[in-house]
Amino acid sequence: MAAPALRSQPAPESGAGAPAPVLVDFAGAAAAEKAMIAAARKVAKIAAEHAADVDANSRFPHEAFEALKRERLLGIMIPAAQGGAQASLPTIAEICSVLSQACSSTGMVYAMHQIKASSLVVHCGDDPWHAGFMERIAREQLLLASATTEGGGVGGDLRSSVCGVVRDGEDFTLEKEGCLISYGAQADAILITARRTPEAPPSDQVMAVMTRDQYRLERSHVWDTMGMRGTCSDNFTFAGRAPLPQVIPTPFAEIAAQSMLAHAHLLWAAIWYGIAAEAVARCESFVRTEARKKPGSTPPSALRLAELLAKLQQFKALIVAGLDRYERARGDADELSSMGFVVAMNSIKIAASQSVGEIVTQAFLICGIQGYRNDSPLSLARLMRDALSAPIMINNDRILGNTSNLLAVYKHDSSLSR
Amino acid sequence: MKTKIREILTKTAKLPVDVATLRDDDDLFNAGLTSFGTVELMMALEEAFDLEFPDKMMNRRNFASISGIEQALQSILSEHA
Repeated sequence: MAAPALRSQPAPESGAGAPAPVLVDFAGAAAAEKAMIAAARKVAKIAAEHAADVDANSRFPHEAFEALKRERLLGIMIPAAQGGAQASLPTIAEICSVLSQACSSTGMVYAMHQIKASSLVVHCGDDPWHAGFMERIAREQLLLASATTEGGGVGGDLRSSVCGVVRDGEDFTLEKEGCLISYGAQADAILITARRTPEAPPSDQVMAVMTRDQYRLERSHVWDTMGMRGTCSDNFTFAGRAPLPQVIPTPFAEIAAQSMLAHAHLLWAAIWYGIAAEAVARCESFVRTEARKKPGSTPPSALRLAELLAKLQQFKALIVAGLDRYERARGDADELSSMGFVVAMNSIKIAASQSVGEIVTQAFLICGIQGYRNDSPLSLARLMRDALSAPIMINNDRILGNTSNLLAVYKHDSSLSR
Repeated sequence: MKTKIREILTKTAKLPVDVATLRDDDDLFNAGLTSFGTVELMMALEEAFDLEFPDKMMNRRNFASISGIEQALQSILSEHA
């Protein structure tokens, strides 16, 4: 997907004066982003065809990812300077939701890839190695995975590492045990966290980019879960070696706070919204069919659906407002690292992950046995199992705990306009 | 003021390093200051200097170093002077 070309404004009707150049071509950029969403809808059709098989066999949605590469949707966050399409976060969130409506595993893998891309896009534009790597992502449509968890008591606490970067001449080596790496076996590169040195404190972390030819993965546990079965989040022991410039110069603490927090919570919320929206779409289909069976009377399930639409709208508003808040805060390091922003993003994760479960649960009351069956076109079974992952993907109790730790000093901003 | 900040840091922030070895501009987060430690530190600073950090000042930069904390405190104290 090419970046929108700069165009000149047409000359005024009067013909007076030369056309003034437009510095930012909003219309062109908007058209390019619409085209990306249209391409995502094409991919979603393919993802939907294979969603049941991906779920049944707990396998990677490779048809959807081949299509995403073909449509060049993996590199869209990369800036134009590095040959990417420089898509906005709202567009990427929309693509996440579109994919998730078809196959939530596909959507979630896509979201996790974009969250990794955001670390490079936000923090590495001026760094020669990483700028070159971003060009590769856009050109070769590389899929990025994340290795931020670890065994040895660290678990899902991404702001703590046991392993450290070991310098060895011009290279570094890194070994990490027991880390859960979603689609680790399918990724083209892994962004991995570790202590700056083996002697550094657990929270003094860096993140490094390592490409598939630079590491070995030994699988220690296979992903066999209720839902989100296609993310293939196996456990691995990671061992790799790469040149030192592949370590991102920005401390991981800064990356986590200034870009990862917002990107992760907003894009995950978009995935969960996609699941909820699909459940509501199935309810609508059910109610329309019921209404046609008895013309002249409103089916009883329509009342529940009316109630559900309000919940879905609330969910949508939560994400749209969150995306808007991030768009306004980006580039402002103080705002991004402020307690208010952290509480807002944490709250989006909590609210979104609860909403998806509530909406799909209520959808069962509407679709009834048709939703409960595994073999009906209106089945809600996979959506429900996928939705149940939301509160435990970074456990809500951990996030509420993080927020609650701030409350001895935190004061919320009561304005409606911010 | 820096001496008092250092005393509070030693008592509340639970850094894995000796506060005396840190320079005024050293990054406290790199020295092991956690977000929980930051809150403990904020509480102790609010108590010791009899002030409240407003919402917009509760960001990373204002607590990233001893001199950063001093600047933040001075800016609040001068606003209320």
